[in-house]
Amino acid sequence: MQDLLDIILIQTVNGVVTGMILALVASGLTLIFGIMDVVNFAHGELFMLGAYLGVVVFATTGSFWLALLFATLIVALLGAALQIVTLRPLIGRDPLTTILATFGVSLVLQNYALWQFGPVARNIREPITSHFTLFYLEYPWYRIAIAALSAGIIGSLWLFLKYGRYGIWIRATIQDRVMAQAMGIPVPWVYTAVFAIGAGMAAASGVLFGPLVGVNHAMGLDWILKAFIVVVVGGMGNLGGSILASIFVSLMEAYASIWVSPAQAVIASFVVLILTLLFRPTGLFVPTPK
Amino acid sequence: MRNRHAVAYWTGFSVILLLLIVAPLVLPEFWRRFLTEILIWGLLAMSSDVLIGYTGMVSFGHSGFFGLGMYGAGAALLLVAPPNLFLALAFGLAAAGVNALFVAYFATRLRDIYFAITTLIFSQIMYVVIFTWTSLTGGENGLTFRAPPLGLPGVLAAPFTPQTLHWFVLAVVVLSYLLLRRIMQSPFGMVLQSIRENEARTRAIGYPVQRYKIVAVMLSGLFAGLAGVLYAIQNRFAAPDFVFFLVSGETVIFNVMGGIGTLVGPIVGAGFFLILREALSRSFTEAYLIPVGIVFIAMVIFMPQGLLGFARKWLNR
Repeated sequence: MQDLLDIILIQTVNGVVTGMILALVASGLTLIFGIMDVVNFAHGELFMLGAYLGVVVFATTGSFWLALLFATLIVALLGAALQIVTLRPLIGRDPLTTILATFGVSLVLQNYALWQFGPVARNIREPITSHFTLFYLEYPWYRIAIAALSAGIIGSLWLFLKYGRYGIWIRATIQDRVMAQAMGIPVPWVYTAVFAIGAGMAAASGVLFGPLVGVNHAMGLDWILKAFIVVVVGGMGNLGGSILASIFVSLMEAYASIWVSPAQAVIASFVVLILTLLFRPTGLFVPTPK
Repeated sequence: MRNRHAVAYWTGFSVILLLLIVAPLVLPEFWRRFLTEILIWGLLAMSSDVLIGYTGMVSFGHSGFFGLGMYGAGAALLLVAPPNLFLALAFGLAAAGVNALFVAYFATRLRDIYFAITTLIFSQIMYVVIFTWTSLTGGENGLTFRAPPLGLPGVLAAPFTPQTLHWFVLAVVVLSYLLLRRIMQSPFGMVLQSIRENEARTRAIGYPVQRYKIVAVMLSGLFAGLAGVLYAIQNRFAAPDFVFFLVSGETVIFNVMGGIGTLVGPIVGAGFFLILREALSRSFTEAYLIPVGIVFIAMVIFMPQGLLGFARKWLNR
């Protein structure tokens, strides 16, 4: 009995750690959706590309933190370029066309990674190797550091949106894009900037997550699926809701994997999704609409 | 005026049908098989057009229906001896239909983008179930079985040759096309199209929109399952790869490339995609999806109507 309790507590920590990374991915996705009604199908691929760039920069400089910084910046720039080339021409068309365009982008990026880096998984060495004792387990500090860093990034995004000059521009555009344009806010560039921020956040989570598992070209799909589940469960376009939903869904998966294999534990998040759709189709963590 | 349109339409239809009937007699083995595959993928794409083109719902989960059609046919061919073509069809359609009902019930509660995401997630559930339930589905290795003989009970029975397989597939695809075209021109199809044009107004007029959507998803899922059965018979195996998201993605690509809302457009799109892939995979090998993806993005931006979009009104009249 005591053992089971220990396992449950350990899985709680694991769930919160994965949940924070997922929250980092999903908040970028939800921000992009909230501001320009774009479901970014390529978000998982930006995550994957960030992880690969992390591998490359880490191999050349040997510093994990430099890898994190450069991968984030490069993917943010790439995101800006992608937005200008593929999404800007679609402004004003049916939002569904943006799903199609970003799906095309994800095909290109995924196969570029396969072509460039090959099918074998790469590794990043974790920057913090010390452990602490959690019940019978030597728990790596690095995982705790990931959770803290993710929380830090999300927190600074929140502060930026709340108090930063450009953050206020972004919020103004979310509220009313026509009015924002009329007040002199360069709305198309706000779109580009938001896409870049979202892309950078995806890349940062990719680098952070890289040391936990291998980096491979197909990892994007897992994450985009999880992120999609999270944004539906949390209520799309709702930043706080998707963060709570990330942690909730990850906890469910972590608990499920006590009894079944990790491949089957995914079903736990599917069940959460189905129940949400049945009882609260607008999202678990939003106030009941009137 | 209407008469002239009908004459032109059916003449074109007959000419293309005749070409497709004669094709396996003159084409070499490789291209004959290629053409049969285009027809099967075209049927899958056409089934998805019912949702994308006519009801205005993008499904990113058609691999789920297609894959269950394959596995359903596989189950019938493995469990019942001797293998029976019609049992395979019935099992495949039943499996795809049950899945479609399940997906339709949940996914139609949501609209637009949410619908697309939900269908994607449901097909991924099927993938995980099929991939991990090794004792039933063979897991990663899938199932292999023998093709059933082509036959009507008590009338004739002959083993499938590449030619008769092609004609059989052609017959199924053409009948499906005519049936779907008839359905889309019926009052039911008109309601679906009015949901696409203006959902709120359709509801306000008094149509039970969600019920129409559920039926549309089921219809689409059944025809996708039919494509899966045909593919299983052609290749004599069922594998989890075909339930994977990539197949759903390709289905959407076929639709956008060929032209949504035309029914034949998606078949043309499937042909265009497969030929493009065949041509590019010779020079780019594994990376052929990079140029295909770029062509696809360009078509979304510059040619949203697709290859046959210009004829959309004409084809639906």
